[in-house]
Amino acid sequence: MPILDNNTMRAIIMEHYSHPNNKKTPDNLYEYQTIHMSSDNCIDDINIYLKVLNNNRISECFWDGVACTISTASTDIMCDLVKEKTKDEALEIIDNYLKMIHEEPFDEELLDEAIVFINTSKQAARIRCATIGWNGLKELIDEKK
Amino acid sequence: MYDVYKIRQLFPMLNSNKTMQGKPLVFLDNASTSFKPYCVIDAINSYYKDMTSNSHRGDYDLCYNMDVEVEKSRQAVAKFINGETNECIFTSGTSMSINLIAYGYGLKFLTKDDEVLISEAEHASNVLPWFRISELTGCKINYIPLTKEGKITPENLKKVISKKTKVVSVAHIGNVLGYITPVKELAKIAHDHGAVIAVDGAQSVPHIPTDVKELGIDFLSFSGHKLCGPTGIGVLWGRYDLLSKMDPFLTGGGMNSKFDMCGNVKYLNPPSKFEAGTIHLAGIIGLRAAIEFLNDIGMENIFKHEEMLRDYFIEKTKNLDNLIIYNKYASTGIFTFNVKGVFAQDEATYLNSKGIAVRSGQHCAKILIDFLGEVATVRMSTYLYTTKEDIDALVDALKDGGDILDAYFG
Repeated sequence: MPILDNNTMRAIIMEHYSHPNNKKTPDNLYEYQTIHMSSDNCIDDINIYLKVLNNNRISECFWDGVACTISTASTDIMCDLVKEKTKDEALEIIDNYLKMIHEEPFDEELLDEAIVFINTSKQAARIRCATIGWNGLKELIDEKK
Repeated sequence: MYDVYKIRQLFPMLNSNKTMQGKPLVFLDNASTSFKPYCVIDAINSYYKDMTSNSHRGDYDLCYNMDVEVEKSRQAVAKFINGETNECIFTSGTSMSINLIAYGYGLKFLTKDDEVLISEAEHASNVLPWFRISELTGCKINYIPLTKEGKITPENLKKVISKKTKVVSVAHIGNVLGYITPVKELAKIAHDHGAVIAVDGAQSVPHIPTDVKELGIDFLSFSGHKLCGPTGIGVLWGRYDLLSKMDPFLTGGGMNSKFDMCGNVKYLNPPSKFEAGTIHLAGIIGLRAAIEFLNDIGMENIFKHEEMLRDYFIEKTKNLDNLIIYNKYASTGIFTFNVKGVFAQDEATYLNSKGIAVRSGQHCAKILIDFLGEVATVRMSTYLYTTKEDIDALVDALKDGGDILDAYFG
C-alpha cells in the first residue's frame, strides 16, 4: 500500500476507532493465549487474545479493554494484519511496524493500513499508545515460539 | 497590585519564549508540578557552588554553616505554616511524608480493631500507604462518603466516624476536584472521637495560606516542587508529642545519638530522629528560597489571583456546549473536564499540539472514577503565574477541540 494522503489516513483511524472489527473478548477463552497490557502514564488497559493453530498459523486475534483513539485503531488494525499469517510472518510485520514508529527504515508493503501511524513520532507522547497492542502481541508470540 | 506579567519575568520557563509543538507554551498542569523562579534556581546552585558540605558533621566552619542554613530553612518552613521549628521534618515530598505517618504512627499504634478513614477523592499517595498498613496490622480502611458534588463535609464524616476510628487522613484540596476541605471542622470531630487527623497539603500549601494551629490538625504533608521549589524535597509537619512517640521510618546516620553492638540504640529527638542519612541539602536551601518568594508575593494574593482565573474560566466556558466540567464550583484553580465524545487522552494530545500542557488520565486518584462515572478526564490547573491569556488559549482550543486527529496530522 502506498503512503496515503492525510485525509485517507484520518478516515482509516477514525473508522477503526468508531467501529473496531476485532474488539471483543472471545467466548472460549481457554482456546486463546492472553496478555494484559496497561500503561504507567496513560489510561490504556487492554487484553489481547491470540489463537494459533498447530501449523503455527494465527487463526484469530482479538483485543478488548479501555483505550484511546490511537491505541484502539492501531491494535485493531494489527489484529486484521496478523490473521492467517504464520507466527514468523506476524513477527516480521510487528518488527516493521515498530521500525516505522521509531523512524527507522521499514518495508511499507508489509504494513498495509498500519501505515496510517507513520506520523506518530511527531507526537512522542503517543508512541506508547500506537505500540501497546503490538508490543503485547510480540510478547505473546515470542513466549510460545 | 498583583502584576502577573512581572511575576512571569522571574521564571526562566516563562521568560524565554518556550514553545511546544511549535506553539508558545501554555502551562496548565500546575497541580502536577510548578515552574521555578531564578531565585530558587540560584539558591540550589549556591549550595553546589559556594557551600557544599554535609550537615551534622560540624568540625569545621563550612559544615557548621550548613547546619545553620538547614535550621534557617526549617524556621522558614515552620513560619510559613505556623508550626514549631522542631515539628518540621524534611522528607523527599508528600508521598514520603504520608508514608512516614503511616509507618511511623500507623504501624506502631493501629491494630485489627482499628479503622483509618480516608475519602474516595484521595490521591494514591494518601491511599496506598494506608492499604499497606492495613495489610500489616489488619486495621480497616473506610471511606468518608462524598456529597453529590464530590465534597467532603463534616456531616459526612460524622456519619461514618466511630470509636474504632484512630486516623482520619484527607487532602486539604483534592487533586481532581479542587475543593477546599473544611479541615478545621473535621479535626474537631476527629479529636472528639479520639482520632488523629493527617492532612495532605500537596495541592493546598502552594495555593492558599496554611496555619496548622488555626486548623487544629495533627499532621500536614507537602512537596517543594509544587510551590516553585525543587523536586525531591518536602515536609512532614507533626505535633511534637505525636512525633516523639512515633517510630522512625528510616534509620541510619544523623538520627541516633548512640548505639552499641548489643543492639541498644538511642535515637535523637524529632525532627532529627526522622532524617536519617544525608538529606537533600540543595533542595532544603531551594525550598527556603521558594517559600521566601511566595511570602514576598503573599499567599492571600496568590489565592485571589487563582480565584479570579477560576471565575474567568467558568465565564469563558459557560456557552461551550461540548464541554462537561465536573467541578464547576471548585474552590481554586483545578478543573476536571471532558469534551463530549472525545477520549480524555486524545483531547490532551490535541491540546499538546496547540502548545497547551494539561493532564489526562485518572490523576492518581483512581478510586474517584466510580464517583465521576468516567474512565478518564482532562485536568487543567493554574498557579500564580497563569494569565487570562493562558485561559483564552485553552478555551479557544476547546471550542474547536473536536478533531483530535489534527494533533496527529497537523
